[in-house]
Amino acid sequence: MITNAIFYFFIVIIGTGGEMCVSRATKEIGEATAFTPRAIARHVGRALANPWMWIAVTMMATAFFALLGMLATTKASLVFPSTAVSYGVGALGGKFFLKEDVSAQRWLGVAVICAGVLLVLIGKG
Amino acid sequence: MTSLPGRRLETYIMILIMVTVTPLGDIFLRKGMARIGAMASWAPADVFHFFFRAFTSPLIWLGIGLQLTFFIAYLLVLSWADYSYVQPVSSAISYPLIALLAEFILHESVSPIRWAGVAVICLGVFVVGRTQVKTTGAAV
Repeated sequence: MITNAIFYFFIVIIGTGGEMCVSRATKEIGEATAFTPRAIARHVGRALANPWMWIAVTMMATAFFALLGMLATTKASLVFPSTAVSYGVGALGGKFFLKEDVSAQRWLGVAVICAGVLLVLIGKG
Repeated sequence: MTSLPGRRLETYIMILIMVTVTPLGDIFLRKGMARIGAMASWAPADVFHFFFRAFTSPLIWLGIGLQLTFFIAYLLVLSWADYSYVQPVSSAISYPLIALLAEFILHESVSPIRWAGVAVICLGVFVVGRTQVKTTGAAV
C-alpha cells in the first residue's frame, strides 16, 4: 500500500514535471520544419542537445520505473486512468511554469476529467 | 487565443499515433510486470533484482518501444501545439482504449462505475478538444 503510494507520487508529480520540461525544451528548440526522416532526426538531435530535455528524460525515466513498480501489483484499468490526476498538475504547470494561456474552457475540461478520475478510483474493478 | 491552421492536420495525425501506441504499450507493460510480481522489499538487492527482471522481459521492451514511438510523436507535436492542449486530449482519449484492452486482453473486470469514470473523462476531453490548438506564440 505504502509502496504503491510512493510509486503513485513519482508517476504523477515527477512524471508531469518531466513532461513540462519536455515542453519547455521544445519551445526553446523551435518548430519541426518538415515531416521528412532527415528533418525529424535533426529535430530530435536538437532536442538532445538541450539541457531541459535531459532533465525531462531523467524525471520521466524515474516516473517510468515507478510505473513498472505499480503495474507489478495493480490493474492497468486502475493505474492508467488514476494517473489522470496529472491533468490538474499539468494545467497548473502549463500556466505558471510554461506561461501558457490556459482558457476557462480548458480549466472546465480538466475539472470534468478529474471528476471522471474520481469515479474510476471509487469504482472497484 | 491563436491557432496554427497549417499545423492542425499534422497535430491530429500525431495525436492519432499517440493514442494508438500508448494503450498498446501500456497493456504490454502490465502483462510483463504482472508476470514478474511484486517487489520483495526496498532493499537495494531486491530493487535491483526486480528491475533486472523487468528489463530482461521482451514484453517490457515491446512496451518501451511503443512508448518511445509515443515520445517522438509527442516531441514533434509539442513543437507547434501547447502542452496544456496536447496532454489532456492525447492521454484522455487513450483511457477508454486502455480500459477496453485491459478487459479483453488482460481479462480485468472493469466495473460500471469505473466505465462511467472513463466516460466522464471522455466528456472532459471533448470540452478541452473544442479549445484552440495553440494559445501562445505568434498568430498566423
